[in-house]
Amino acid sequence: MNSSRFTNGVMGVLAWIVALLIFFPILWLLLTAFKTEQQAFTVVPNFFFSPTLESFKTALAQGSGYWHYAWNSVLTAVASTVIGLALAVPAAYAMAFYPNKRTDFLLVWMVSTKFIPAVGVLIPIYLVYSAVGLLDNALGLTLLFTAMNLPIIVWMVYSYFRDIPKDIVEAADIDGASIMQTLFKVVLPLALPGLASTGLLALILAWNESFWSITMTDHSAATLAVYIASFKSAEGLFWAKMSAASVLAIAPIIVLGWFTQRQMVRGLTFGAVK
Amino acid sequence: MKAISRTSSATAPSAEVTGARSFARTTRLLMAPAVIFLLIWMLVPLAMTIYYSFQQYNLVMPMYNGFAGLNNFAILLSDPTFWKSLANTLIIVGASLVITVSLGLMLALLFNRTFVGRGVARTLAVAPFFVMPVVTGLIWKNMLFHPVYGLFAWVARQLGLEPVDWLAHYPMLSVIIMITWEWTPFALLVLLTGLQSLPEDQIEAARLDGASAWQEFRHIVIPHLGQVLYVVVMLESIFFLTSFAEIYTTTSGGPGTATTNLPYYIFQTVFQQTDIGIASAAAIGAVILANIFAIMLIRFIAGNLNAGAAR
Repeated sequence: MNSSRFTNGVMGVLAWIVALLIFFPILWLLLTAFKTEQQAFTVVPNFFFSPTLESFKTALAQGSGYWHYAWNSVLTAVASTVIGLALAVPAAYAMAFYPNKRTDFLLVWMVSTKFIPAVGVLIPIYLVYSAVGLLDNALGLTLLFTAMNLPIIVWMVYSYFRDIPKDIVEAADIDGASIMQTLFKVVLPLALPGLASTGLLALILAWNESFWSITMTDHSAATLAVYIASFKSAEGLFWAKMSAASVLAIAPIIVLGWFTQRQMVRGLTFGAVK
Repeated sequence: MKAISRTSSATAPSAEVTGARSFARTTRLLMAPAVIFLLIWMLVPLAMTIYYSFQQYNLVMPMYNGFAGLNNFAILLSDPTFWKSLANTLIIVGASLVITVSLGLMLALLFNRTFVGRGVARTLAVAPFFVMPVVTGLIWKNMLFHPVYGLFAWVARQLGLEPVDWLAHYPMLSVIIMITWEWTPFALLVLLTGLQSLPEDQIEAARLDGASAWQEFRHIVIPHLGQVLYVVVMLESIFFLTSFAEIYTTTSGGPGTATTNLPYYIFQTVFQQTDIGIASAAAIGAVILANIFAIMLIRFIAGNLNAGAAR
């Protein structure tokens, strides 16, 4: 008994050490964000210093353009999620409650498009976008995020709809409700929590996306990912500012992510793990 | 289920037929937007990529454009950089898989135990997965790997060692470390979810029968986790095949071609050499590679779907 309690204690301490080690790079970024540029760029790292908001002020200052990129990130992430849900809900509703012999095939086909690597469609999309003026355009980027997330959104909404007892929908049908009435009056209210977590997951994935933002935007539609990537050649010049900008960009997502861990697993594994 | 409502109005057969037809039309209309959207944004471009891969097509030399047959593929296959990028891609996928899955499994077992502050510790441990890959690249490149001002260099000096220029001397290892840092939390998260659905009674029974911890792990935990492991391996493979941001922000594929993977090679071929034909041929290669994993995974998902339907 004693030895097992000892093992438990040791394992607990070990788990904490591992957790802190894994988290350390994020903590270090956070600490650097509260330093001055001089304190951030030193041969001997400053572990103890008096924190300052100076770098946050420079990062957010008028000329930095931070708000421009942040706005694009918010706009593309929110719009792509809303469009994604608007496309996915009717499709998932039809598949979950009125399936026919093609339903399984269509569902699996939609999921399979998620596994086409982005580089496989990059070239034509880039050429068509540049021809029709969607390059460096918020709408163009939004639609790409929608396409990227739609398979996951459809799948998740479908799986939440399937959790709704069929009797409820049948009862509404028998009462003479039309298909659309059943959707809006019965199904959607019941699936609201599921829809919310699906939306949250899509938001996180779109916010963190970098391949499409880097290849398809330059300035006017550039997101925070593009802005932060532009620090890649800033050899030691703006580490504190870069850290402050990064902290602002990742903090909301880390917090949202912590709340949606379970849905994240469910969505990304396509329901194989719940 | 719809049949019930239809039989209830079965007194008028012709009305039933038109009702069923309009009903089928409604569900088709409900499905159409999503299906059409994915067709336009994924399948049409994929078909165009295949088309371009047979074309001589360079954006800055339009006078030579035209049908090229298999020429692009021939050029690609004789390009050592392509082979190098293919090898790099497979090294990244293989190494990152082995590390993230084994580390993730160990951590999942560790975090599945009860200890003080487990929730908080777990939350800290999964955080890297939610960090933007671009930020991950910059944190590691600047603040950890930097040979003079990085934390690793400082630690090395404290230990009396020569600081290492990670990205210059161990570029591939550095890339794998970054990807591993980002994705071990994912493996941990999924495997932990899997562990928490372990059948308690089986473990109790095994313990009563005097099974050792190893036997318990080998005969109950591993078979149960088998499915979960399979999904993690397949998903991670597909994501690792497309690693881009970590390389773009740190090594830019270098030094030389040391960390150029397939996505980065295609990126360079499109945006630096503006060679659409060859880039498309390479993109087809990337799609084929991803398909090897995707087909297995999709089969599994489809199988699950039928199991779910039977339930």
